[in-house]
Amino acid sequence: MGTEPLLSLSNIKVTFGGVRALKGVSFEVMPGEVHCLAGENGCGKSTLIKVITGVYKPEDGAELRFDGKVIPAMTPTLAQSLGIQVIWQDLALFGEMSVAENIGFQLAVNGKFGLVDKKAIDAAALKALARLGVSLDIHRPLRELPIAQRQIVAIARALVGEARLVFMDEPTASLTQSEADYLIEIVRTLSASGVAVVFVSHRLAEVLEISDRITVLRDGALVGVYPVDGMTQSRVTELMTGRNFDSAVIAADHDAAPVVLSVRNLARTGEFTDISFDLRRGETLGITGLLGAGRTELALTLFGMRQPHGGEILIEGKRMEFGSNRDAIRAGVAYLSEDRLSLGLNQPQSIADNLVMASLDHILSNGLISPTKKANVVSHWISALGVKIGTPDDPIRTLSGGNQQRVAIAKWLAIGPKILILDAPTVGVDVGARAGIFDIVRKLAAEGLSIIIISDEPPEVYFNADRVIHMADGQFHASYDPRTISLTALEAAIYA
Amino acid sequence: MRRLILGHTTEVTLLAVMIFLSIGLSFGTDRFLTVSNAFDVLNVSAVNIIFAVGLLVVLISGGIDISFAVAASVVQYVTVLVITALGGGNWALGFVIAGGVGISLGLVNAFLVHQLRIISIVATISTFNIFFGLLMFFTKGVSIYNLPDWLSNRVVLFEHEMPDGSWVELTLPVVVMVLCCFATWFLMSRTTIGRKLYAFGDNPEGARRFGINIGAMHAIAFGWLGLMAGIAGLMQAHYAQEVVPNALYGRELDVLAATVLGGARLGGGKGSVLGCVLGVLMVSITQNGLNLLGVSPFAFKMIVGAIILVAISLSSARFDKLLPQALKRAPAKGKQP
Repeated sequence: MGTEPLLSLSNIKVTFGGVRALKGVSFEVMPGEVHCLAGENGCGKSTLIKVITGVYKPEDGAELRFDGKVIPAMTPTLAQSLGIQVIWQDLALFGEMSVAENIGFQLAVNGKFGLVDKKAIDAAALKALARLGVSLDIHRPLRELPIAQRQIVAIARALVGEARLVFMDEPTASLTQSEADYLIEIVRTLSASGVAVVFVSHRLAEVLEISDRITVLRDGALVGVYPVDGMTQSRVTELMTGRNFDSAVIAADHDAAPVVLSVRNLARTGEFTDISFDLRRGETLGITGLLGAGRTELALTLFGMRQPHGGEILIEGKRMEFGSNRDAIRAGVAYLSEDRLSLGLNQPQSIADNLVMASLDHILSNGLISPTKKANVVSHWISALGVKIGTPDDPIRTLSGGNQQRVAIAKWLAIGPKILILDAPTVGVDVGARAGIFDIVRKLAAEGLSIIIISDEPPEVYFNADRVIHMADGQFHASYDPRTISLTALEAAIYA
Repeated sequence: MRRLILGHTTEVTLLAVMIFLSIGLSFGTDRFLTVSNAFDVLNVSAVNIIFAVGLLVVLISGGIDISFAVAASVVQYVTVLVITALGGGNWALGFVIAGGVGISLGLVNAFLVHQLRIISIVATISTFNIFFGLLMFFTKGVSIYNLPDWLSNRVVLFEHEMPDGSWVELTLPVVVMVLCCFATWFLMSRTTIGRKLYAFGDNPEGARRFGINIGAMHAIAFGWLGLMAGIAGLMQAHYAQEVVPNALYGRELDVLAATVLGGARLGGGKGSVLGCVLGVLMVSITQNGLNLLGVSPFAFKMIVGAIILVAISLSSARFDKLLPQALKRAPAKGKQP
């Protein structure tokens, strides 16, 4: 690592329509370091990246230096020629083109005399991949590659542009653990070859593993720059949110309460086998395990969207045979899907319409939707769950991830369920808003709702459930009581 | 070699189906497998292939165009009227006027799609009606039979009498078609513009982030199709030796089907000139074969439709994707409690 910073910014101010997005932020990246930019959604991370890449102009008084030289006016073209590259979250790759055409795209569109030099593109692609220590068939169409390898292609594409500073926006969001580990190795290789990497990620464990330093932003202002040594996840969370989330185990006994859901030897060929458990009134059950353990498949079966091949489901002692999820909803089962953005909510529709989507039967008057009943249901749940909205008629996509998730929960609460299944309820939700969602879950449980939380992240179920079941290879591997096991021991058991 | 086949599954499948069809037809009729019949098929297909490679460029860029065939009719009419007014004209002038008018009509579509943000299918259905409506209104449906000699006289660039007494002829439309195919292939696979068009059709947002000029992409794609439609219109007038206002009406769907048959994807980003040519030839061979077999012309459309369906199911690999899913689903249904 050199002693002079590769990039340094100071006094960066950006205002959008009267709102200060950045309030005099400074930022520094050393050559070859891996630097993490942390903060909640809306804290100004993306705005800062866009200032550095010349998309936004900062207000007067700002100073931007690259390689020691003052850059009076950054533009996207200048940023690229300086070797500043951004790998966007959606990668911006071309599926029908080959790996080589993707990596060498910049060469292809800037060819001499308007012509494409295929040999030069292939050579550049091979060179960039060799630098990352990866070998890929460069003539394969990109669409055939798994998502982790597409990431590699996007990184290699940045290298063709003689990258010296690479921004990676949530690069691991859609990767499995082993794919993310692989990517982290690639980032290390990159940094060892002298390229500085700025990493933006929600996965704090990963951030602490990979970064040299962390810059934390909150509400458009700089909180501070910290070396990673000695940092903990809870300390980073506290810096990002400005609040202290004391995590305490809430597990309690519910043995006296009546059994609401009883599952006996439930099985589906190729997905899960021999699943048995009881869920009591007011009890919260956490199910965790690695991706592909059969968690979501089990949830969809309990919700009637898939039919079991063996075993039985009893609700309040009655044997259920769900032909479809309509039957399950009628029996009082609600399921909040894993993919809220595409499956759980209808993004262009209004908040109100989304909220009553599952409970239309409850707001009828003479067979037609009653506007009064609808408005009552909507205002009741919006205030009960503390959803922050403008008006109920705004499209739901205008809400933040945390608030969208609250509406999605309200949608199911409006049917008056007995059992609520939450599948990965905090994906794409900020740390601060996560705590809000679990507060709601606890309140609902206290009111007598039985809840199943399914999550990738062991701490989420450890701190929010009465009982944690570890699922692996389609089976219930073990059941833990958070009061008698430490989080570290639970994580060790899951990742073993 | 293996990569060549895997990378071009659509083209290879089409070729296989065509060979299979040709073998069948050569047993069914005496005339099918003769050199002169092969040239007949080429002469008949030339106009549609010119249309198809033009449409290919728009499809690759992520758009669609319904209006190009009636635009070609407009081009025919305007070109003949202008050259008559100019005192006769010649081939060079004919190509310049037809190409120019064709490009202008294509740019109308590009303007609607880019500036007014109308999705291309709606924009071109509108211009389809407007172009055809204007044409019928101003011509009152009257055809032009009196073309200048240079346009109506057949131009045979090569002819040869076969030992069996049949004639092999290579006509102007075929040569023009070959040039159009070459030009389109060069544009799409050898120039930076071609790369940008593929990229834009594949992932518009990704292309935008690279600073690709979206307006220029629309203008080039629709302009190129306009140029091809203009040339095709001129060739069709030359081939038919007359200009009939509704002669090309409905041709757009035949060409679209043949182009998609050739592997162009309606969503954009995918397609090849070779596939396009094979797609059109496939349909022509089928029609030619049915003709020689003495099948009623009334049954043609039905059979051609069926052949297109079969060929598309085979080449889009959907066929083998359907199979395991169906197998997976079947036991699940069987074991329901």
